[in-house]
Amino acid sequence: MKFVDEFRDAELGRAVAAEILAAVEPGRHYKLMEVCGGHTHSIYKYGIDDLLPANVELVHGPGCPVCVIPMGRVDDGIALAHEPGVIFTCFGDMLRVPGSAGTLLDAKAAGADVRMVYSPLDALRIAKANPGRQVVFFAIGFETTAPSTALTLKRAKAEGVTNFSCMCNHVTIVPPLRALLDSPDLRLDGFVGPGHVSTVVGARPFEFIPAEYGKPIVVAGFEPLDVLQAVHMLLRQLSEGRCEVENQYSRVVPYEGNLRALEVMAEVFALRPHFEWRGLGFISQSGLRLSDAYADFDAELRYGVPGVRVADPKACQCGEVLKGVIKPWECKVFGTACRPERPIGTCMVSSEGACAAYYNYGRFARERELV
Amino acid sequence: MCLAIPGRIVEVIDEANRLAKVDVAGVRRTVNIGLLDGEDGGVAAGDWVLIHVGFAISQVDEEEAIATRRLLEQMGVEYEQELAELKASAIE
Ligand code: SF4
Repeated sequence: MKFVDEFRDAELGRAVAAEILAAVEPGRHYKLMEVCGGHTHSIYKYGIDDLLPANVELVHGPGCPVCVIPMGRVDDGIALAHEPGVIFTCFGDMLRVPGSAGTLLDAKAAGADVRMVYSPLDALRIAKANPGRQVVFFAIGFETTAPSTALTLKRAKAEGVTNFSCMCNHVTIVPPLRALLDSPDLRLDGFVGPGHVSTVVGARPFEFIPAEYGKPIVVAGFEPLDVLQAVHMLLRQLSEGRCEVENQYSRVVPYEGNLRALEVMAEVFALRPHFEWRGLGFISQSGLRLSDAYADFDAELRYGVPGVRVADPKACQCGEVLKGVIKPWECKVFGTACRPERPIGTCMVSSEGACAAYYNYGRFARERELV
Repeated sequence: MCLAIPGRIVEVIDEANRLAKVDVAGVRRTVNIGLLDGEDGGVAAGDWVLIHVGFAISQVDEEEAIATRRLLEQMGVEYEQELAELKASAIE
């Protein structure tokens, strides 16, 4: 158990690993999905899977915001970046996401004014500093990030900034989980629920998982001990025949979420009837657009974005990875044609992506060290 | 961009826009604290918060903040990258 020594409380880590071992039924296979890319990262960084019994399998979910952006949206973004006079702003991770004919970084090399920003407020500052130019912010992220875009737009509106607009790609966490639960491909026994998203939405929205699908979910923090404890809580629910929403991360996540953040989101955004997810296809009511009150700030309306739809490249199996159907190393191009420096699929781009986590921590095949 | 990094509020510098100066591992930058406004008046100087894309998204106690920072430091490049991006930020 070499990794346990790095835990906040190594003793406790060992104890939880032992309790997990005691909680599993030997002949049974457990498939638990960690929804959030941050958890995937922690699991491989700390070798948490090596601490689990061989019949407890962790599969990786769709909770990495960069990974789920479909190619068509990247192409649309690139088209906006090439509009005359536009300064196109986005988070650093987005720059390397492949569209059908290159990335935003390629667009920049070809002369588009593409700038990386740390915050949507930096994009707004750029707009105010360049009154003669139009500044577009390419917004991505789950409910963790959406309130930040919302507050930025509220401020832009209050200050009457007219050269700022937003191409909104925000997505919500519940619909893809429902889609996964409805998918016949995948049999899951429970979920390690996302931590940061839940600081905003709370734990309550996950109640449908036990209520309608009879599966447990435990919202968890990001430290290795948090993830291990969440796995233990799930296994305990399963062995006791319970299924409910539990909150392992209550020190940070309030059960009701952040009401202020939910309120600004409700004001600034409206649900799209459907939104396309990389590899998962269209999922109804899973994406956000700007609300009618903020239509003036909607880059898609301002520019008549092409609305490109492109199929994922043939070689790419990101969809299966995002659904937890295959492990990254099962994708034919993993580690060969698709690498972090030259990603084919999105899961290889951000360090939160499952493929990047597997690649960076040297998981090229099935081997698991057993404890 | 997925990380939420801990920082301590040094002072609120713009009441109207809810901007505060925070200290993140020795780096001082401006972030928005408006998402934590509640009936109790929100966060204030001395409080620890988790910061994501220039916004404080949750208040944490000091022990949690320090443990989170330790975890992030062990991540290496991703944390350094996030700090570098934060350093380049100039929220007004
Ligand atoms: S290896 Fe690349 S193409 Fe294959 S699933 Fe992962 S990111 Fe997608």
